[in-house]
Order: sequence, then C-alpha cells, then structure tokens
Amino acid sequence: MTDLFLGWIIKIVVIFGILMTAVAYLSYMERKVMGWIQLRVGPNRVGPRGLLQPLADGLKFIFKEDVIPRDANRLLFAVAPALFLVPALMTFIVIPYGSQVTVFGRTINLEVTRLDVGLLYLLALGSLSVYGIVLAGWSSNNKYSLIGSLRSSAQMISYELALGLSIVGVLIQSGSLDLVRIVQAQGGWHGLKWNVFAFQELGFVIFYIAALAETNRVPFDLPEAEGELVAGYHTEYSSMKMAMFLMAEEANVITSSSVAVTLFFGGWMGPGVGRYPWLSLFYFLGKVFVIVFLFLWIRFTLPRFRYDQLMDFGWKILLPAAIINVVITATIAMFFPGFFGS
Amino acid sequence: MEKALFIILAVAAVAAALNILVQRNPLYSAVSLIGTLAAVSALYIMLRAQFIAAMQIIVYAGAIMVLFVFVIMLLNAPGQQHAVDKHQWLRYLAAPFAAAMLGEALYIFKSVPAIQMPASPAAAAIGSTESIGVSLFTTYLLPFEVTSVLILMAVVGAIVLARREGD
Repeated sequence: MTDLFLGWIIKIVVIFGILMTAVAYLSYMERKVMGWIQLRVGPNRVGPRGLLQPLADGLKFIFKEDVIPRDANRLLFAVAPALFLVPALMTFIVIPYGSQVTVFGRTINLEVTRLDVGLLYLLALGSLSVYGIVLAGWSSNNKYSLIGSLRSSAQMISYELALGLSIVGVLIQSGSLDLVRIVQAQGGWHGLKWNVFAFQELGFVIFYIAALAETNRVPFDLPEAEGELVAGYHTEYSSMKMAMFLMAEEANVITSSSVAVTLFFGGWMGPGVGRYPWLSLFYFLGKVFVIVFLFLWIRFTLPRFRYDQLMDFGWKILLPAAIINVVITATIAMFFPGFFGS
Repeated sequence: MEKALFIILAVAAVAAALNILVQRNPLYSAVSLIGTLAAVSALYIMLRAQFIAAMQIIVYAGAIMVLFVFVIMLLNAPGQQHAVDKHQWLRYLAAPFAAAMLGEALYIFKSVPAIQMPASPAAAAIGSTESIGVSLFTTYLLPFEVTSVLILMAVVGAIVLARREGD
C-alpha cells in the first residue's frame, strides 16, 4: 500500500514539474511561432535564443503589484484563478503517456492512475473549468469582465455538447471508457488503426474545433475579444492571479492536445514500442507537440468569429455533424459486429 | 484509511450543505452546492460507483449548476431581497415537509443493511458503466425512453415560451 502511494506521489510530482515547465515554454513557443508566422524574430534577448524568457516573465509577474478592485468580491476574486487552473492540471492524471517500462527492476505503468471511467473523468473536469471564468468575471464587478465571462460560459456549454458527442464514436470503436484500453485498441495495422484514420476523421475534426472553443482559443476567443471587451474575464486581474489564468490557458492547450492524441492518434503507439517501451514516451510527446503546433498555427492564421456566428456554428453545424457521426458509427457497429475488433 | 477519507468527505458535504442555507448571497449558496455535489461524488467513488460519480459531476455540477450560476449572475440585484417576505405562509408548510423528509430518510436508513466501507468487489460490478448501460437498455428500457421523451417535451416547451416573447 505504501509502495503504491509512493509511486503515485513520485509520478504526480514528476508530471506536475514537467507540465509546469511545458506550460512556461509553451508561452515561449507561442511567441516564437507567432514571430515566424508574422515574419518577425520573436523573443531573443533573455538567454541564448531567448530561452530564458519564460523565467523572466515569471519573475515579472511575481514582482508586479497585486491589485484587487475596491468593489470586487474579495473571496471569489481570489479563488477564481485557482478554480480555473486546478481542473486543467487534474486532467493529466488519467492520460496514459507511455506503455510499461522497467526502472530499477520494477515495472511501472506510464500513467498516474487508471480509471474505468477515464473518459468521463475528462469530460467532468472539462465541465468544471467553466466556474473559474464565470466567478472571475462576476467577482471583478466590471461590466467587461461580466460580459466576457457570460460569453465564455455560454460558449463552453454549447461546445461541450459537440465535444462529448464527438468522443462517442471513439467510445463505440474501442468499446471502453478506459483510456489505456482506448490506446491499446488503436495498435496494429502500422498506425492505420489510429482512430483518426480508421473511421473517426469527422469525429476528430469536430473534437478539435470544439476543443478550440473550450479552451477559448482563436478563432473562438470571444471571452477576451480585446477590441470589444478590453481583456474579457481577466480584465481586473494582475500579478500572479493573472499569471494563473495564463498558465491555466496554456495548460488547457496541452491537456486538450494530449486528449486528442490519446483518443485519435493512437496515444503512445508507434513502431518499435513493443521492444523498446521507452520509445512510447517520445512518440506521445512528439504527437502532442504536433497537435499543440496546430493550435498555434490556427491561432495566428484565422480571424475571430462574430458572436452569433459562433453560436450558429456550434448548434447548427457542429452538433448535427457530431450526431451524424455517432449514428454512422453506431450503425456500423450494430450491423457488422466485430468490425471494430472489439 | 477509508474511514478517515469518508469522515472528511462527509463533513465537507454536510458543511457545504449547511452553508447553502446560511448564506445570504445566492451565488455563495450556489458555490456551496457545487462543493456538496463534489463531496458526494467523491463518496460515490468510495462506494465503487464510478459511473454515478462521474455523472454527478458532469450533469449536476457541470451543467445544471452552471445554469444556476448563470441566472444568478444575470439577475444579480441586491435590492430585491425583500421579495422573500411575501411568502411568509411558506414557513408553516416547511416544518411538516421537513419532518416528512426526515421520516423517509430514517425509514430508508432502517431498511438498508449496514454499509461496508471498503465497498465489496461485487459493488464494483453493479456500479460499472457496462452494467448500468445494459440495465438501462433492457430492464428499464420503457422508463428510460419515457423520460427522454419527457425531457424533449420540456425542451420544446421552453423554446416555444422563449420565442413567444420575442415575436
């Protein structure tokens, strides 16, 4: 029992460390990629090639004055950033980031914990992350913050439906809610059994668009449309509370990418994993990197939606498409039992 | 270990539930209710009902309470708190209803056999997604479908009501 706990604690600490580092460097990557896309250099002053920039940004946030507006609700104002950040970090404990490896003679599963309802756990945490934004906007006592948070909660509720339904296809194909089994079901056929190639193309596109909306990224970043709303729900925030919002946003990008990789790109599957289990880790990281890059690419390429277009798109196009995807997948599974190999 | 966790979660659930009643600010009550739901969901996990636990969070905490918070935020007018006084007579109804609820709860406590705290492995089979899904679509198919039709009717009704005011 203590052995199990020790294993958990070590894994959690290591993953937390890696995730926070990744979050910091995602901000660097974001600025660099933005620079390249806009034919600029990007940050290059702090450290070699600007690699210490995240450190400098972090220090800057720590030393900034922490302003709380006079009429703000002090308790909720302080709690809201944490409510936004915690679900983003908690998601990571169920994602399998590798197969089994042997360290010092003991076998270790490369996931923190394995839940029978891993997929539902992801959805549950995703639905909880709304509160951080909603309470931040309300407690700031600022009309721009409030409008931003109202927009974002409406948007997240609307796109959550499409997100949940887009996953159902994967669920039918793998016959399990357990993320490890979903990954294992995608092995074989030299990578062609990944869900994104095997019949869930539409599912992936819907999932990805909905994930963009859930993480409030361009082209769905209406909650913080700076032209109309100053900075949306975090207008009044400063110092480390602001930093927590930014961190949560970057963490959400990494998390959604990891979930996309797990559900649609075969997770840690890849050639040679059976013989060299450590490779699985690198396959997983590489795939996540590609998906994250896609997030950034979209962000710096597309313009923002108008709010009514956003709602129309979510309810009238994305949701019906997701339902059609479910119906097709379910029909195949019903009339050709064993077609998906489960 | 399980006992300690249970006590912590149970205290959290009850404390948050009491906080719902004590708070004057409706938003604080709503947030407390979310806390109660989260604690109860954790208790479900301890009883190996993982599916129910996840549903508790997704449906109640994640969807219904968001709407609650949404409405409270939109109607956030501190001057309207006197509206409560109009319904003084409700106070006299509350006592019998509370007594009835308490009686029902006690009756159920009496009829349920002692709950084992590390839930037995058999409980895991009952609480699994598969067994719930199978029983929903075989034994309880009719109630399940009737409920879905009912919800659909409610949705259509809501849309009709919302539309009428606009036009």
